[in-house]
Amino acid sequence: MKHLCRYCIATLFAVWLGNAHALDATALQNLAMGDNDARITAIETLVAAGDVAALPVLQALQDGALQATPTGRLLIVTEAGVTDAVTNQPLAHAPEDASRITINNRVRRALEAALAAFKLFSSDSAKRLEAAQQLAEGDPVLLPLVKKALASERNPTVHNALELAHSGMELKSDDPQQRLAAVQTLGNSAQEATKNRLLVLLEKDGAGQFAEPDAKVRAAAEKAIAAIEQRLKVAEYAGHVFTGISLGSILLLAALGLAIVYGLMGVINMAHGELLMIGAYATYVVQNLFKTYLPQHLDLYLIAAVPVAFGVAALVGMALERGVIRHLYGRPLETLLATWGISLILIQLMRTMFGAQNVEVANPSWMTGGVTVLGSLVLPYNRIVIIVFAMLVLCLVWLALTHTRLGLHVRAVTQNRSMADCMGIPTGRTDMLAFGLGAGVAGLGGCAMSQIGNVGPELGQGYIVDSFMVVVLGGVGQIAGTVYAALGLGVMNKFLEPYWGAVLAKIMLLVFIILFIQKRPQGLFAAKGRTVEG
Amino acid sequence: MKSSYLLGIAVGNHFTRSIFTTAVVAAGITFAAAAQAADTIKVGILHSLSGTMAISETSLKDVALMTIEEINAKGGVLGKKLEAVVVDPASNWPLFAEKSRELLQKEKVAVVFGCWTSVSRKSVLPVFEELNGLLFYPVQYEGEELSQNVFYTGAAPNQQAIPAVEYLMSKDGGEAKRFFLLGTDYVYPRTTNKILRAFLKSKGVKEGDIKEIYTPFGHSDYQTIVADVKKFAAGGKTAVISTINGDSNVPFYKELSNQGVKATDIPVVAFSVGEEELRGIDAKPLVGHLAAWNYFMSLKNPENDKFIKMWKDYVKKQKLPGGDKRVTNDPMEATYVGIHMWAQAAEKAKSVEVNKVRTAMAGQTFKAPSGYELKMDEKNHHLWKPVMIGEIRPDGQFDIVWETKKTLRAQPWSPFIPGNEKKKDM
Amino acid sequence: MMIERLSQLYGAKGWLAIAIFLALVCVLMPVLYLAVPEDSPFHVSAWLITLLGKIMCYALLALAMDLVWGYAGILSLGHGLFFALGGYALGMYLMRMIGRESESGSDLPDFMVFLDWKELPWYWAGTDQFWYCALLIVLAPGLLALVFGYFAFRSRIKGVYFSIITQALTFAAMLLFFRNDTGFGGNNGFTDFKRILGFSLADPATKATLFIASGVALILALLLCRYIVTSKLGRVLTAIRDTESRVRFCGYNPLPYKLFAWTLSAMLCGIAGALYVPQVGIINPSEMSPANSIEIAIWTAVGGRGTLVGPIIGAALVNGAKSWFTVAFPEYWLYFLGLLFILVTLFLPQGMMGLAQRLRSKRNTHES
Repeated sequence: MKHLCRYCIATLFAVWLGNAHALDATALQNLAMGDNDARITAIETLVAAGDVAALPVLQALQDGALQATPTGRLLIVTEAGVTDAVTNQPLAHAPEDASRITINNRVRRALEAALAAFKLFSSDSAKRLEAAQQLAEGDPVLLPLVKKALASERNPTVHNALELAHSGMELKSDDPQQRLAAVQTLGNSAQEATKNRLLVLLEKDGAGQFAEPDAKVRAAAEKAIAAIEQRLKVAEYAGHVFTGISLGSILLLAALGLAIVYGLMGVINMAHGELLMIGAYATYVVQNLFKTYLPQHLDLYLIAAVPVAFGVAALVGMALERGVIRHLYGRPLETLLATWGISLILIQLMRTMFGAQNVEVANPSWMTGGVTVLGSLVLPYNRIVIIVFAMLVLCLVWLALTHTRLGLHVRAVTQNRSMADCMGIPTGRTDMLAFGLGAGVAGLGGCAMSQIGNVGPELGQGYIVDSFMVVVLGGVGQIAGTVYAALGLGVMNKFLEPYWGAVLAKIMLLVFIILFIQKRPQGLFAAKGRTVEG
Repeated sequence: MKSSYLLGIAVGNHFTRSIFTTAVVAAGITFAAAAQAADTIKVGILHSLSGTMAISETSLKDVALMTIEEINAKGGVLGKKLEAVVVDPASNWPLFAEKSRELLQKEKVAVVFGCWTSVSRKSVLPVFEELNGLLFYPVQYEGEELSQNVFYTGAAPNQQAIPAVEYLMSKDGGEAKRFFLLGTDYVYPRTTNKILRAFLKSKGVKEGDIKEIYTPFGHSDYQTIVADVKKFAAGGKTAVISTINGDSNVPFYKELSNQGVKATDIPVVAFSVGEEELRGIDAKPLVGHLAAWNYFMSLKNPENDKFIKMWKDYVKKQKLPGGDKRVTNDPMEATYVGIHMWAQAAEKAKSVEVNKVRTAMAGQTFKAPSGYELKMDEKNHHLWKPVMIGEIRPDGQFDIVWETKKTLRAQPWSPFIPGNEKKKDM
Repeated sequence: MMIERLSQLYGAKGWLAIAIFLALVCVLMPVLYLAVPEDSPFHVSAWLITLLGKIMCYALLALAMDLVWGYAGILSLGHGLFFALGGYALGMYLMRMIGRESESGSDLPDFMVFLDWKELPWYWAGTDQFWYCALLIVLAPGLLALVFGYFAFRSRIKGVYFSIITQALTFAAMLLFFRNDTGFGGNNGFTDFKRILGFSLADPATKATLFIASGVALILALLLCRYIVTSKLGRVLTAIRDTESRVRFCGYNPLPYKLFAWTLSAMLCGIAGALYVPQVGIINPSEMSPANSIEIAIWTAVGGRGTLVGPIIGAALVNGAKSWFTVAFPEYWLYFLGLLFILVTLFLPQGMMGLAQRLRSKRNTHES
């Protein structure tokens, strides 16, 4: 590693000097045929030679696009075509005996470090940031390089990262003043790793000597550690809240459809989980259609999948309502049995159609990765999108129930079915549409779940108990209750989990629900009314 | 109130007939069991086709049927065709015991290929021992067991877990100093982690550099755990050793990649993630994470080419779901090897009788799709297997980055578990 | 007086049927199993004996469910928990009886040796005594049901709410038992039992005895339930089922009635579980999964709620069908089963018993 870094600097100076010459033939030979040690040396040699021509070769190696023939000829094979890595000449096709150069994590790590040096001066600020972060634990010999970059850096985020990297290197300086300044700057970090580096300064060696000889620097380090710890604590709690809301929004998406069907209509739908599953499979099918017919717009598949998931699940839901469930109104406990049967059939149907194994649903590229806040907390984009999506769905459901004719009918039927019937409300139609709405919302939930977990025949089974708990805790017939229950359970779970572990946290929540229902048998938000029998 | 009272009286009168019906049904089942034709040899296939384990086990049933077809096409065993009896124990452990009894007693099968989870194996074990049946178990497992009536064609911990950790500690593997042991809370991860903990300690890894975390079955929210991994990894070069069970892997890996954990920073080595599991995941963000197995689909050798081609053809012919996306994996290879070895042993013993086949199994060899000649150990009912470590490729296959020079003998009684030194092979 | 009351539980035909059933279970089947040689077409295999024994345990479970659902209107989605508790109680005894024959050769059960436990945890104390475990079989589920029921009924949690919290209860218990550190063997549960009361479990005679015990327990439980539902207490229960508020207005406090039926039902489940475990040879937390408990309700519904005999037939029918389907149509059996549930709830609201009754009344009208 150390050597590599030295070479990095050499490279960059070489590049600045514009000192380009032909790529080292032995290095290329080693890259093609050598073992891992030889390959790493080759990478170092190539970087040291300082020719930008090495960049595409190294990049291709990292991307798995570099191939080699048994004679050691190197080729870059991408979807765009085949080129000779050395001469840069395009070829019609790769030689038959060419095979991909496989690398392991060690080589990949060396490559990343090599490429990071190049990236520090990239025009893309994200790449510069990545490179700066990679250098956070860098070798002091890189110092001039970082200083150079620091001087020209305009982007404040990258500048900060570079400053931290810079201070990290200065920690090993011989000048106590520089070390002091470095420690003070590092106090602005919010990284666990920085804290650990500072902690090392305070350790005593075997002879009772501190690793850091200067007492002033040690005092500053202690202060810096306290500051970092403070920031880490904040980030940790913020993380609990975020993950809790994220889990809560998943629960909400899973339970919202159930809240409509079960809460408003008094139907226990054990096949609710399977409606989630149908939504997820609909997403999968849309993704595959995009792959086949619109590969250039693949990233948009999810947007197209949303209405499809809603539509398919709603149709299935309405068919179930017309075919089975409408015959069972007023017998809530028996709906449970019939819908259990439906759920068995739907699961097996998916197994027959798509196989028992999970199917692959990939995050679109705009949903992969995450944004870093508070220094160390990564908020994954897919989680953020799902939270926003859940809120949107919630708003739409609320609008549908309060501002549409269907919503008015649904509420009327919920309150008093026979009276609503007398007033001329088509109760049968209302039931069907309300069930369709509930099922469709479940489909939307399934679409969201496909982005974070499995898509398989058993998808729904994992959520059914949770969604029932949410609805019951929230109070039947109350959408607001469902929202509070889902978010409350999510956040509680995430605050319990670090201390009690995933299993006990879950058990404690279930016990909490059982106890809570004893206190408030109607849930958080009881439907107001003077009915004697519920 | 009134109607239910009337019903009560009616029931009394009606009771008689119901009892008779039950009796007749029972008798019917009894006689249906009688008389079997003897021109074929029956073999049982005991894999869950429904319930939670169907995700993994269905492929094993398919590959078993394919292998039996292959053997039959070459004339069968002892001049007789093999007849597969497929049953569905539905991921229900007592049902596993019942079905195995049914296969052995009612169907009178010569051998059973089946089980995936340890609990299903533990559930059928007393039945196989009581009736002296023969079970071929094709999945990597925790060891700590050695039955006369079982042949284990999957890996024991020393054929999978320990080499993987040795690799992680090596120069090529990244010289990991800290280890995050993450698993689903059941016996395989518990035992594996216990062995690994002892192994790591013997290598001088400190207690504080090992962390063990378990999640419940079907756990799908790994946000907290991934955050925990990152925190732990800040303390030095860390590797995650994952024994997370089947279904929970997808949410785990998705969370991992979205929280920005790369294999070059924190490599994850998994013992239950193979080609089949990766089919359900977008593998691009996972490039570089590792798995340890005794077989990978990406191996290049004539046996494997033949095996893959046979499987692809079978999938097409049977129109199995998934079509050309279907892959082969380690337990499938172990099933394939197991069936062939049993057939060879039966030919050698000139009988399918359990005791004779068991004797003939000792030292049986087979040129396996892994490219190695696998041998059934003379004493411990386990296969000698090569160990390979693969890194995930963007297409969901593996690049083999390390493999043993030769096959390793299994140690079902791990020397890293105290008390095992007294236990002997058969 | 008592004998007279007992004889009135069923009519002459009913008693005849019970006698025939007992004769089949206690005499004919064991004889066909033990005495008839294996190559005879009349021989009954051990597989069939354990299968039928298992089904009778399920039938007892369905009967217990019917007592609370059919007569008190309480649908429990957590009966699997009580069943499993009974099973675990006997399982503890069976584990202790393995003794040093286990793989580890230790006095402790293998999984404890594995966890490096040096002695039994306190809640395992006394489990080497059969009488103590026999008490546990009914007391563990009984006490849990009593406490849970007392609070739930006192808070007047009814209908669907009650069902859902029983589901939460069994789910929480399942997660708890799945934990290895809980001390019940985690996911693997208890298995590889050797003997009960000194008799080897692999011995055909032991198997036949367990089979007979299951049959006798089933009939005794049936008579007990029948006795209860035809008593005054049973009338009050039925009244509570039909309209609880009116019963309250009449001056009855429903709590003790519901609590009695609920607790008794849980105890019956415990017995069923205890008979089940030595016959199938394994108990693990998946018995507590919510899906299993829903299935119990389904057997009851298929047979016919509020009939006592119906659920027994329902359990036998569904499980018999399952056993057959899983071999005959391993890939399609879930379709049949799912369809069966849908059709039964749609067209046979009173289950099989209702169907039989309808057929008979039709025939009667023809005849008259």
